[in-house]
Amino acid sequence: MKIKQLSIFLENKRGRLYEALSALAKEGINIRALSIADTSEFGILRLIVTEPEKAKEILEKNEFTVKIANVIAMAVADKPGGLAEALKYLYDANINIEYIYAFVEKSGEKAVVVLRTENLDKTISLLQQKDIKLLSWDDVLAL
Amino acid sequence: MYWNKEYECMSEEKLRELQLERLKRTVKRAYEKIPYYRNKFNEAGITPEDIKNLEDLKKIPFTSKADLREVYPFGMFASPIEDIVEIHMSSGTTGKPVVAGYTLNDIEVWAEVMARCLTMAGATKKDIVQVAYGYGLFTGGFGVHYGARKIGCMIVPASAGNTRRQIEIMRDFGTTILTCTPSYALYMAEVAQEMGIEPSNLKLKAGCFGAEMWTEAMRAEIEKRFGLNAYNIYGLTEIIGPGVAHECNEKKGLHIFEDHFIAEIIDPETGDSLPDGKRGELVLTTLTREGMPMLRFRTRDITSIINEKCPCGRTFLRIERIRGRTDDMLKVRGVMLFPYQIEKAILEVQGVEPHYQIVITRPQYLDEIEVMVEMSKETFSDEIKHIENLKKKLERRIEETVGIRVKVSLVEPKSLPRSEGKAKRIIDKRSLKE
Repeated sequence: MKIKQLSIFLENKRGRLYEALSALAKEGINIRALSIADTSEFGILRLIVTEPEKAKEILEKNEFTVKIANVIAMAVADKPGGLAEALKYLYDANINIEYIYAFVEKSGEKAVVVLRTENLDKTISLLQQKDIKLLSWDDVLAL
Repeated sequence: MYWNKEYECMSEEKLRELQLERLKRTVKRAYEKIPYYRNKFNEAGITPEDIKNLEDLKKIPFTSKADLREVYPFGMFASPIEDIVEIHMSSGTTGKPVVAGYTLNDIEVWAEVMARCLTMAGATKKDIVQVAYGYGLFTGGFGVHYGARKIGCMIVPASAGNTRRQIEIMRDFGTTILTCTPSYALYMAEVAQEMGIEPSNLKLKAGCFGAEMWTEAMRAEIEKRFGLNAYNIYGLTEIIGPGVAHECNEKKGLHIFEDHFIAEIIDPETGDSLPDGKRGELVLTTLTREGMPMLRFRTRDITSIINEKCPCGRTFLRIERIRGRTDDMLKVRGVMLFPYQIEKAILEVQGVEPHYQIVITRPQYLDEIEVMVEMSKETFSDEIKHIENLKKKLERRIEETVGIRVKVSLVEPKSLPRSEGKAKRIIDKRSLKE
């Protein structure tokens, strides 16, 4: 139930985000979810795209440092408290979240969030026990 | 393997005897033929007859790079122009260039010492030597060329630059020995990989790297990437060019070819002689140079003399790898530091590629050092905290090494300028204006 995410190292320099995204656009790579974590000097651009391996290749050709990381895509009720409920399970199980961000598209009536924790396997089995819907790669592509 | 066992393994007693005889001859020649030296001797109240033993060398005043510039272009020549067959020049980045003149015999000596260097790196007439030092006024290209020709190697006079072609040549010709600056070697490894050529699959077995400062960590990196033995070579235009000293198989210091050069170490501030093992400025005297004899030339290079028996059998003294330049010596907040210290610290923090730049600024009254280090594929992490940790680790390691707090910035790969010659490691933006 892990899905692949691209992580890209960006210096805080004018145009770097644009350059990364336009390189992908030129090759017809579609972005399904995106987040930027930034510090005063550098940032990490995280992307869920349709063809992660190809996207990595394209970015590397354009001199970017790229890593593919495993994350979880989780569907939660799109209503107040929907996400909080899911996170409470992690909190109770003492699992730390490293980062979290949302998909643009919904899965049916549900909102989809990308999640990375310190222990993905444990998180997956815990959330599945609690009947939280996790998206497979095919689910993600179908969004 | 020796090129000239008779000299390279000469007994110490015989060697000192030979040195004294040659020194006396050189001093006499310099005094008689070069007004600059005659004036210096007169000012110091000495004559060539005062040089009776090797210790007496210390009576002779130093020659500095500034002295050589003063007599630009031919004022240091001891031979008439008709006997000078070749000219080389040091880069004039800090003033007028220094011109070196060679007689036919000087070129012969140069070929001899360079043949010894290449032999130390394992070269025989069966080898293919690619000379990727620049040919031209710079001494690097021609020096290696003459030595390789004396051995009978197949020479590929590629000169510096045109990196992709260099790599194709190495692949297609099966080059076995590469000679260039160490930073250029690393750059070539990178370009080779971009071209889809695995550097370690090339036939290279050895390399003679010099003409700039480098570190043991860089040696390890070059050796790993190319799968070759990397040797340190030392020399300078004012003395002869490359071929003053070279490492043997032990790779523990560079043997000075003492039948042609005398090395001393002095305190760069006071000019006092320092004992063996103590680090200071290297001072060199030529013993056989005809065209331009050099007496007690201050090289500005920082090293020390290793006076221990070498397992390789050579009796020549060794110097440790060059530790810095007296003029590269950075004084930051009153603390002396050398770029190599920072480089060493970066390399010790695992995984970061040795591409960095040191920027010194004085935003207000205090000097600040920023070290820009390129992020490598291996060290990049998806998490901010890991990158922050890497940055802190680098800052801590550098501070421990140089004793000064620095700021490390991680930059994108290949964003720092690459060199095809000498690496530009330091950018000093401090202005002296108040």
